[in-house]
Amino acid sequence: MTPGAVPRVFLVDDHHLFRAGVRNELGTAVEIVGEADEVSAAVELIGERLPDVVLLDVHMPNGGGLAVIEAVKPTHPEVRFLALSVSDAPEDVIAVIRSGARGYVTKTISGPELQDAVLRVAAGDAVFSPRLAGFVLDAFAAIPNDGPPASFDPELDQLSAREHEVLRLIARGYTYKEIARELEISTKTVESHVSSVLRKLQLSTRHQLTRWATERRLI
Amino acid sequence: MAGGLSERYGIDATVIRVALVLSALVSGIGVVGYVIAWLLFPVDDEQGTIGSRAVSDRKGLLVVVALLPVLVAVLVVGSALDAGYLSSVAWAVYLSAGGLILVYRNADDAERVWLHRVAEPVMHLGSASARSRRALIVRVVGGSVLLSVGLVLLVLSHSSRVTLDLLGGVVLMIAAIVVIFGPWWLRLTRDLVSERQARIRAEERADMAARVHDSVLQTLALIQRSAAQPDRVVQLARTQERDLRSWLFEGRPPGSIGADGAGTLAAALEQVAREVEAAHGVPVDVVVVGDCPLDDDLRMMLAAGREATVNSAKWSGASTVSIFAEVEAQQVSMFVRDRGTGFDPDVVAEDRQGIATSIRARMGRVGGAVIIRSIIGQGTEIELTVPRSGART
Repeated sequence: MTPGAVPRVFLVDDHHLFRAGVRNELGTAVEIVGEADEVSAAVELIGERLPDVVLLDVHMPNGGGLAVIEAVKPTHPEVRFLALSVSDAPEDVIAVIRSGARGYVTKTISGPELQDAVLRVAAGDAVFSPRLAGFVLDAFAAIPNDGPPASFDPELDQLSAREHEVLRLIARGYTYKEIARELEISTKTVESHVSSVLRKLQLSTRHQLTRWATERRLI
Repeated sequence: MAGGLSERYGIDATVIRVALVLSALVSGIGVVGYVIAWLLFPVDDEQGTIGSRAVSDRKGLLVVVALLPVLVAVLVVGSALDAGYLSSVAWAVYLSAGGLILVYRNADDAERVWLHRVAEPVMHLGSASARSRRALIVRVVGGSVLLSVGLVLLVLSHSSRVTLDLLGGVVLMIAAIVVIFGPWWLRLTRDLVSERQARIRAEERADMAARVHDSVLQTLALIQRSAAQPDRVVQLARTQERDLRSWLFEGRPPGSIGADGAGTLAAALEQVAREVEAAHGVPVDVVVVGDCPLDDDLRMMLAAGREATVNSAKWSGASTVSIFAEVEAQQVSMFVRDRGTGFDPDVVAEDRQGIATSIRARMGRVGGAVIIRSIIGQGTEIELTVPRSGART
């Protein structure tokens, strides 16, 4: 995406009404370059139009959002995904994030917040819903009783104190701007903390993360 | 305390602590100073000092005066036995005991909880209510050993008749003191017991008022607002009736959380969210990190948090309310947040039950803390924390 231009967005959702609602809410903040209501059409059209951001429903017939990410990522790694779902089940959330989505929001999100999330993902940042932040805190909370696993990598398998603070505030419902004010750091720093958490989330081999991902047969 | 002193006078806290401990070792005067400082310095953001409240506490002062004959007796025994050190310590002990009584009687709920925790091990040794047989045996054996050692010492070192006469005089004096002051002491004890009972009754009444406010008064307010929708009024009235019946006839308090199956914090929070959503039609998002079984302290925090959630749903005008709870090794915290109208916590009218009794008093009773952050036009966040009962011991 070139600076100054509005991001090009592609919608994938099997509910016609929901797509219409999202189009309406995003308004002129983005350019909608296409939409699809099922997995194979989505994969084909995304490959053709190469949007900046794909707004992706997690739950669809034939593999859902996960199948779309897995089919597009290998050939077009530059396409960014923002997952949208009514479900908050940890195995769904963690699975789409580990397969490469840059963020996760629930469908109850308000119009302005959705716009903000799309712009953030288009700019390369990560977007966490309060509940996702809660899951991550939970998953990274404690080293299991039988000690750290053999492959334990403190760089990847542990959150820094600052990342922990940022996630707690996200879980409490603070926006990035409010977090920046509360911790007296810049919004850019908040963004880089969240991106670093996202990287850990995708690469860590922590037991809880792999378990949740395996439950969705991802690994 | 030392931290508070150093904050006030800008001296290093460690220096003050060392000075206190040293003077305590030498004569016990340090302890007295500590207690007096406790009486005189205000706790952070609190109205007045414990001392200013203590001065107006006539009964507490009476109890301290009633202990004077005991001090006199000890002093007399001390001088009779030529044990000078006894009398110097006795003064310090008397003053600090008196000070502690005043501190305890005039402390607020949070401090009282703390004092209880500190005093617990001592209580177990000495109080008659210690039920276990072991405590009884320890007490009897300890007492007997002390008694026999004292007797042996007396017989061995002061076998002359003169000291025995002296001892007889002391015993007579003590008897006289008991005869003179005995009835007064008895009456004081009785007064204290009845005062304690009154306090328990007052606490029960406060708890009941909070429950009635949370359930009945809230429902009545809802009914007034939905007067135009007869179905809704009937539904609200039915729910309330069911709640009240189960409270009055089955002893299950309304709004008692975790009573029906929700045995963990996360489950109970989901239940609170569901109930508030159903009653007020505002979505409530819950995020919980970690989980633990419910105990009475956590139920109290949940009841306070539920009230905060209801307030947000009812008054803030926000479209959603978010709850975040985190279970840590030492404490459990809960945040209730809305992006509604906000309010100024200092100008909430006195007669509005919500924050005072339903939130602050409840948290005070379990030794927890409440922080309210509210900006008019931007919303409100209420933070509740309670120490974990497992972490206290």
